[in-house]
Formats: sequence, structure tokens, C-alpha cells
Amino acid sequence: MTSNFDVAMSGDSPPVRDSGIVLEDVGIGFGAFQAVSGIDLEIAEGEFICLLGPSGCGKSTVLMALAGFVAPNHGRIWLGGREVASPSPDCGVVFQNSDALFDWLTVRQNVAFGPRMRSVAQARQREIVDEYLGLVGLRHAAGRYPSQLSGGMRQRVQIARVLANEPRVVLMDEPFGALDAQTREVMQQELDRIWRAHRSTVLFVTHDIDEAILLADRVVVMTAGPSARVKSSYEVDLPRPRQESSAGFAELRSRLRADISEEVRISLRAQGIDPERAAA
Amino acid sequence: MTAVAERPVSAVPARRWRFRGVAWTVVTLAAGLAVWTAVAWWYGSALVASPAETLRAGIDLAKDGSLGESVLASTRRILLGWALGVVVGGPIGILMGRVPAIRRLLDPYIEFFRFIPPIAFVTLAIVWFGIGEMSKIVLIFYTSVFIVTINTIAGVLAIEESKLRAAASLGANRWQLLHAVVLPAAIPYIVTGARLAMGNSFLTIVSAEIVAADTGIGAMIWQSRNYGRIDWIFVGIIALGLLGFVCDRLIRIGAGRLLRRYGVKV
Ligand SMILES: Nc1ncnc2c1ncn2[C@@H]1O[C@H](COP(=O)(O)OP(=O)(O)O)[C@@H](O)[C@H]1O
Ligand SMILES: [Mg+2]
Repeated sequence: MTSNFDVAMSGDSPPVRDSGIVLEDVGIGFGAFQAVSGIDLEIAEGEFICLLGPSGCGKSTVLMALAGFVAPNHGRIWLGGREVASPSPDCGVVFQNSDALFDWLTVRQNVAFGPRMRSVAQARQREIVDEYLGLVGLRHAAGRYPSQLSGGMRQRVQIARVLANEPRVVLMDEPFGALDAQTREVMQQELDRIWRAHRSTVLFVTHDIDEAILLADRVVVMTAGPSARVKSSYEVDLPRPRQESSAGFAELRSRLRADISEEVRISLRAQGIDPERAAA
Repeated sequence: MTAVAERPVSAVPARRWRFRGVAWTVVTLAAGLAVWTAVAWWYGSALVASPAETLRAGIDLAKDGSLGESVLASTRRILLGWALGVVVGGPIGILMGRVPAIRRLLDPYIEFFRFIPPIAFVTLAIVWFGIGEMSKIVLIFYTSVFIVTINTIAGVLAIEESKLRAAASLGANRWQLLHAVVLPAAIPYIVTGARLAMGNSFLTIVSAEIVAADTGIGAMIWQSRNYGRIDWIFVGIIALGLLGFVCDRLIRIGAGRLLRRYGVKV
């Protein structure tokens, strides 16, 4: 996988355009409703980006457009040097809800799905599946069906299934949002470990500030919708694995909180809720 | 008692429940037979054959081979027409569920024909396909195919968007999406459609065989009228009910065993 990147990086074109993600003045709407507009964002190869913003601002919408599930009505999206037109195995998606797993397939078969669709040889499929099941710590559950797994295990299967396809980019839409607090914490640490072992380009959507600081190289904050855009961007220059108790963590958290709470207030007012009253 | 004590605790109530289930079935069957006997006694055997008379007639018809022949003939027609209906209705339903253009094209016809009972086509079927097996099989097919199609469409439309998106972003092309995701996800609905279709097939087979057949349970019931044999009619009716029960049980057991991982609950 890394060798692919080297080849891409050595080209003549600008490296980001060649291998990472570029959003150029992107707008996405649903009928008359313009969810996001004027989104400009560049993500370098191997970078872990967290997209942060108030609920309903359009984070999922941006991610769905990157995955090729919805087409932007303005601007262009580039991924690995090619314009995104339709879903592709270059770009894996981990969904918030584990009903994205195939219930009639075992864990092993779910993880093998991508390689199987791409007609990878049987023996190689087995190697790949073993490798990624090992990476997410699920070898012992290979023969089980999704309904026989806990919520955290199911999200591990989703992650392994996506990585087994060796995509250039991994998109994650609040993958731990449906998990209980303890499981969520474990999964965040696991994902950090997996990513450090694997170093793929990740766009991770969340509305949880701590989660974003824990995982991201860079946190990108979106404004409240409609016509949401990128508001600000924070480099997270803390050593991994990160401690929520560290001074740098706390400082970044309070800056992000100030930044976001403004947008949350706007978003609440748009929904007819008075944030000052609600807080009192 | 010692044998019971050695089993897991939960096994005891489960066994007791099963025993109570069997006991209840025996009680209801006995009550039914008693009512039937009373009604037969009240109206006389010219109108209602009693359980004993029906049993005797059944044994006679079984001995001379005509009962077995009738059951076999009907079963074969039902299984052929029904299987054809499932094999054709499933794929049509999947295509209609996935391809809006095909759905728009076929929907009016499905919505039109599904309200026309097969009995309306019995005469036409005989004129077109002859008095032989073909006309009956076509009628059973007709009565099966729409209900399987409609259920399959419902199954396809119920598939979670995230499954389809996940498959597409894992590299599945259109064809792979159909057979690796859409078909397996729709299987519980297809099985439901197939069970309903089996019920329809039994309703249809009798009308088809009454109008034009010299074998089959429907024909047997119809010919009994000419001989004035009420007891044979009762044998035919009981045979139909039992056959239907057995067929549904076989589908349920078969689907439960083979298709359990697709989420088929029976
Ligand atoms: N398929 C859709 N049709 C119409 N509106 C949609 C659709 N998907 C999302 N939206 C709207 O777009 C906005 C952004 O949604 P979303 O991207 O899901 O927000 P987030 O993920 O940030 O919570 C919301 O106002 C939502 O109601
Ligand atoms: Mg969302």
C-alpha cells in the first residue's frame, strides 16, 4: 500500500492533487435546500482529518459526496488525482450504523467482501482477511454472524472490511456515535493504534470535540448550516497516543469549544431554540 | 426423576411446554371430530359424511389407488407451477425493485392482473394450452408469480441504503450488487411470497381440475358428485387440507434450515 503512495508522490503534478483529497468550492444541495456551499479543503496523503461541527450542519453530506454517493451541485472533488464520479474501492466508508454490515455473511465473509468483488484469488483473500481481522482483534469471532456481535465488535468488522480493500482513503461517519461511553473510548484508542500501524488517509466525521483531538492530525470545523462551509482548522501537534489529561489537550479543547459553541448557538437558533434559555 | 435432574434446568420447562402443546392439539382435534360426528349424525350421511364414513371411504380409495393417484397428480402440478412462479417472480421482483424504469414499465400490468383470479382464466387456459398438464401448470404459475413478485419488490425496497452504499464502495458492480447484496437481503420477503403463493396454488388447483382434468384431487371431488358419493368429496377435502399443511410445513422447515442465515423466520 505504501508503495502506491510513493509512486503517486513522485509525479510531476502537485502531490496533494495527485494522492490526497481536494475539495474545490464544493456545494451540495437537496432540491431547493443548499446543505453546504463553498467548501474548500485539501487533505494530504496519510493525513488524519476530523471534520467537526454542530449536528445537522452537513458533515455527513460532505462525506457522502466524497464517497461518490451524492453529486455536488457546485465545485469539484478530487481523490487520488481523479475526480470523484461514483463510489469506488479507492475510497472506503465506515458507517455510523452497523446495519451496513451484511447480516447473512460471517465476520470473515464480510471482511472478504471487497477482495471477493474484485476477484482476488482465494488464497490471497484468506491472507488479507486474517491480517485485518488480526489488526482489529477479531480473529476469534471470524465465524460469527453480525447479529452475534456487540456494537463495538461490529464497528471493528466495518473497519476491517474497509481496510481489507486497501483503499487510498477511509471515510468514517461518526463510527463510534452509537456506542456506549466505555466502548467508545476503547474504540478510539484502537483506531489510533490501527491508524499508526497503517497510516491511510482518513476523514473522520464527529461532533465530539475530545474524539477529534484524540484522533486527528488536523481538526476542521464547519459552520452551522444551511450553506455550511469550513470555518477554521486546527493542527493537533500532540504526541500519540494522546492523553485527555495533558495540558496541550485541555488548551486545544477550550479553543475548539469556544469556536464550536458559537456555531451550535446559531444552529439552535435556526431550529427555534433559545440557547441562553436552554443553558439557564 | 434422576434423568430429569441431570438435564440443564431450562430443559424441564421446555419439555413440559412441548407436551402441553401436543396435548392441546389432541384436545382440539378430538373436539373437532366430536362436533363433526354430531353434525353428521344430525343431518344424515346423504348430506354430511361422518368421520368414520370418511375414513372408510378414504381407505377404499387408497386401496384402489385412486386417492394416491389424485394426490400425486395435484401435487406435481402445484409444485411445478409454484416453483416456476417463484423462479420467475423473484428475479422480476428484484429487477423491478432496483430499476425504476422496469418498475414503471411493469407496474400497471402487475396491478391489473393481480386482481383477476385465475378461475377467470380457466377456460382460456384450456383453449390455449389444451386439456393436458400444461393448462393447469400455467394457471398455478399465474396465481403464484404476482404475489412472489410483489413481495420481492417490497423486500428490495426495504434494504438499508447503507448496505447498498457499502457494497458499492467496496467495489461491487451492478451485477454483483444484485446477486451478492440485493438477492440475499430480499430472501426473507421472497420466502414469505412463496408461502402465500403456495396457498394460492391450492385455491387454484381445485378450480382448474374441476373444469378440465380426469386426475387430481379437484377432479376426484367433481367426479364424486356424479356418483353421489358425499364421503368421497369429504376424502378429497381432507386430502387437500392435509396436503396444503404438509407443503407449508416443508417450505417452513426447508427455509428455516437452508436459509436461516438470511434471516428467514418461520
Ligand atoms: N437526503 C436528504 N434530503 C434532504 N435533506 C437532507 C438529506 N440529507 C441531509 N439533508 C439535510 O442536510 C443537512 C445536513 O445533514 P447532514 O450532512 O446529515 O448533517 P450532519 O452529518 O452534520 O449532522 C441537514 O439539514 C439535513 O436535514
Ligand atoms: Mg451525520
